[in-house]
Amino acid sequence: MSKTNLAYQETFDCVQCGYCLPACPTYKTMGKETHSPRGRINLVKMAAEGKISLSELEGPIDLCLGCRACETACPTNVQYGKILESAKEVLQEDRRNRMPKRVKMFQSFFFNRVLPSDTVLTMAGAGLSFYQKSGLQKATRKLGILKQFPENIASFEKILPEVAGPIRTKSRVQRAPVQEVPTYSVGFFTGCIMNTMFSSINALSIKLLEAAGCEVKVIKEQTCCGALQNHSGETKITKELAKKNIEAFEKYQFDFVVNSIGGCGAMLVEYDHLLADEPEWAERAKNFARKNVDISVLLSNLPLPFKNEIRKTVTYQPSCHMTNVQKRTNEPLELLKSIPGITYKEIPEKDMCCGSAGIYNIVNYHESMDILDDKMEQVKKVKPEIIVTTNPGCHLQMKLGVEREGQSENVQVVHLVELLAKSCEINV
Amino acid sequence: MDRERLIDLMGEIIPDEKRILTDQADLYSYSYDASFGFFVPDIVVQPKATEEVAKVMKLANQFEIPVYPRGQGTSLSGGPLPVKGGIVLDLSRWDQNLEIDSEDMVAIVSPGVITGNINAKAMEKGLIYPPDPSSSNIATIGGNLAENAGGPRGLKYGVTKDYVIGLEVVTPEGEIIRTGGRTVKNVTGYDLTKLIVGSEGTLGVITEAILRLYPKPASTQTLMALFDDLVDSGRAISKVLNSGILPAKMEIMDQASIQAVEAYRPLGLPTDVEALILIELDGHPMAIADEMLKVQEVCKEVGVREVKVAATSEEAEKLWRARKLVSPAIVRVKPTKISEDATVPRSKIPAMFQRLKEIKDKYNLDLVVFGHAGDGNLHPNIIADKRNQEEMKRVEMAVEEIFTAAIELGGTLSGEHGIGTMKAPFMEMELGEVGLDMMKRIKQSWDPKNILNPGKIFPEIGQRLVLTDE
Repeated sequence: MSKTNLAYQETFDCVQCGYCLPACPTYKTMGKETHSPRGRINLVKMAAEGKISLSELEGPIDLCLGCRACETACPTNVQYGKILESAKEVLQEDRRNRMPKRVKMFQSFFFNRVLPSDTVLTMAGAGLSFYQKSGLQKATRKLGILKQFPENIASFEKILPEVAGPIRTKSRVQRAPVQEVPTYSVGFFTGCIMNTMFSSINALSIKLLEAAGCEVKVIKEQTCCGALQNHSGETKITKELAKKNIEAFEKYQFDFVVNSIGGCGAMLVEYDHLLADEPEWAERAKNFARKNVDISVLLSNLPLPFKNEIRKTVTYQPSCHMTNVQKRTNEPLELLKSIPGITYKEIPEKDMCCGSAGIYNIVNYHESMDILDDKMEQVKKVKPEIIVTTNPGCHLQMKLGVEREGQSENVQVVHLVELLAKSCEINV
Repeated sequence: MDRERLIDLMGEIIPDEKRILTDQADLYSYSYDASFGFFVPDIVVQPKATEEVAKVMKLANQFEIPVYPRGQGTSLSGGPLPVKGGIVLDLSRWDQNLEIDSEDMVAIVSPGVITGNINAKAMEKGLIYPPDPSSSNIATIGGNLAENAGGPRGLKYGVTKDYVIGLEVVTPEGEIIRTGGRTVKNVTGYDLTKLIVGSEGTLGVITEAILRLYPKPASTQTLMALFDDLVDSGRAISKVLNSGILPAKMEIMDQASIQAVEAYRPLGLPTDVEALILIELDGHPMAIADEMLKVQEVCKEVGVREVKVAATSEEAEKLWRARKLVSPAIVRVKPTKISEDATVPRSKIPAMFQRLKEIKDKYNLDLVVFGHAGDGNLHPNIIADKRNQEEMKRVEMAVEEIFTAAIELGGTLSGEHGIGTMKAPFMEMELGEVGLDMMKRIKQSWDPKNILNPGKIFPEIGQRLVLTDE
């Protein structure tokens, strides 16, 4: 891997008009061209031409959220995602050559083994659940043990969701009862982090789909979508996972493959880009990508048995990958607005990233908090009682934002699916 | 002076070290704008106060270091390029002040405020800031002032210079002056306000501006007219404007741009028409309803093929989509866009179209024409590939001929993008030797050491248009 693997030709599509600048959260908070999409594209070009070194490219690329709001803003359809991923891959390879062996082993273990493995994640989930349920969490908070952790890890501890625990995690994966005449046959994509940390959202999603008349199956052969690996420049692992998923779902005759995770959904619908240059996979990837939709796409077209009014002021923080990659902006919003009783208020500049961005908020904690604080300034203007998200990363980040503002008592953060289920009286 | 020393001295002026950029990645990020050319500065500073700018200018003067004021780098003429190295003065972070005074009907703004935000904030108070360059949601008002930016609404409302009544300016020698004031009428002395506006950052650094605001029109209406014959569309433009109606916008697209849009995102436009005109009227709803009928009548008289009137604002938006899609549509085949803004008297629009067609054929280039028909400000856009040096040579020659054609037809090199580096070689062709010399004398008396944005507007001996990397 070398500089020649940078998406150099693609950088020429950028006419440097600067229309992406106002859409970029890091340009806004960091205040320089270097951290703008136009700046980063130029730096990739400069690195490819040997005018700057890879280590000079590293900071600007690492600090990109990958929210891809710039692609939506771009008037000339520059493939920023492709340019960014090429840079990440080249930088990752470069780092791997410099990395201490210990770190290398951990990374490879985490991406190759932990994320794609249900067992390991379930055990980790069990640990988390035990930590919360056993009173250990309370004790830890009281003793201030967390003060010894770096600020970033400590911050996240407070906002971890209540994990269902391993038994419920297992019992969740059930075959749905067959409907008389199902509207659609659906394969449900669980996602690895989602299935561990937010397994109840998956369970509610399945029940909602069934209530709307779909036949839902959760197939065991599915694996991690590869998004986090891809964002870290681990293209090879991503491709392997993609192929496994394509193969797994090809065995069934599903009308749709549905997920409730903005980030995974974005990866799944781009499998065709990922495998475009592998002839035996390109067409299969295209078919798979076409079948993949966010849950809101199906539910917004099907009747839902609403029962309860939810008399609350609600706002929606769209996930970037839903907006800029899956390009689903209306469906989740229309679905949310269809819940009886709610008052919907829009956050100004709602399409700006919240700063979560996969593991960005852990790796680049301070930069992420600057972006989050900007976001919370906008959120405050509409005084919501509930903030709705469609992606676990955004969910945790918004919870953290609410916590930072000292509003945990007054503002709830929920996944769209949770609110729908509540109104339909559907429980886990 | 060596760079280390310059950085140290700058640290004494700018209190926040984050606003002094010296890393390689940073310097390379301020080496370009939206035009052509690539020049790495020695340092980038981001001032946020008039005093800081004044001190930077004094320092630069003392050591004779070039300084280049810059907004968000959306210039299409090379205005902010640091062509001789030195200091880039990035004013885009200085956006803190945006005050709307509805009683005096003015806005008071700091230089880094985004132009579109001025209009948005004025609208909250029932006012508008009319200049609307297509980059108004990105570009800073400082850059708009320096380049005297225009936009579609220029037809009815004029351009940036028509809205500036007062400025605070730091001179190249580091002195702070105020020009004009808060009154529309002001004839005290030379009009330095108008001299600074459009001077492309060569005479002073604008640190604050007082802008006029207008009452917001009660409503708008949009019409699209399709013409089989380009000459007919030209006649329609003249006839509408001579019938006692002054539309807010009047935009034209030629056949090549219509075809490009249809190939990209089909909107159902006929691809066999030679021209498409979009007209927006604004004013009292009853008045514009009446005017709209008249516009349709006029179009029919000159033989329009079809007229579409938008019944709702959504429909209007749909009609304008055609114009908005031109940019992405034309770069699909090849990525490099050379966007010109040569402007001709309104009556010469058909003649200019003819000349552009000849130029396109002569150099065998992809050339599309669209733009602001009402004021003769056309945008011939050449689509090429920067990596193809041979093609870019042909582009250079074609651009030269476009300028010649505009001037021969009694027009100008630039309607709204500015001269910068790109058009400097052609200045004498339009202004004549003495005309250009008078401008140079103004520059020399304001900036005796030639440190403020050197290399712009005035050609150097033997300078030619260069679009290739040589």
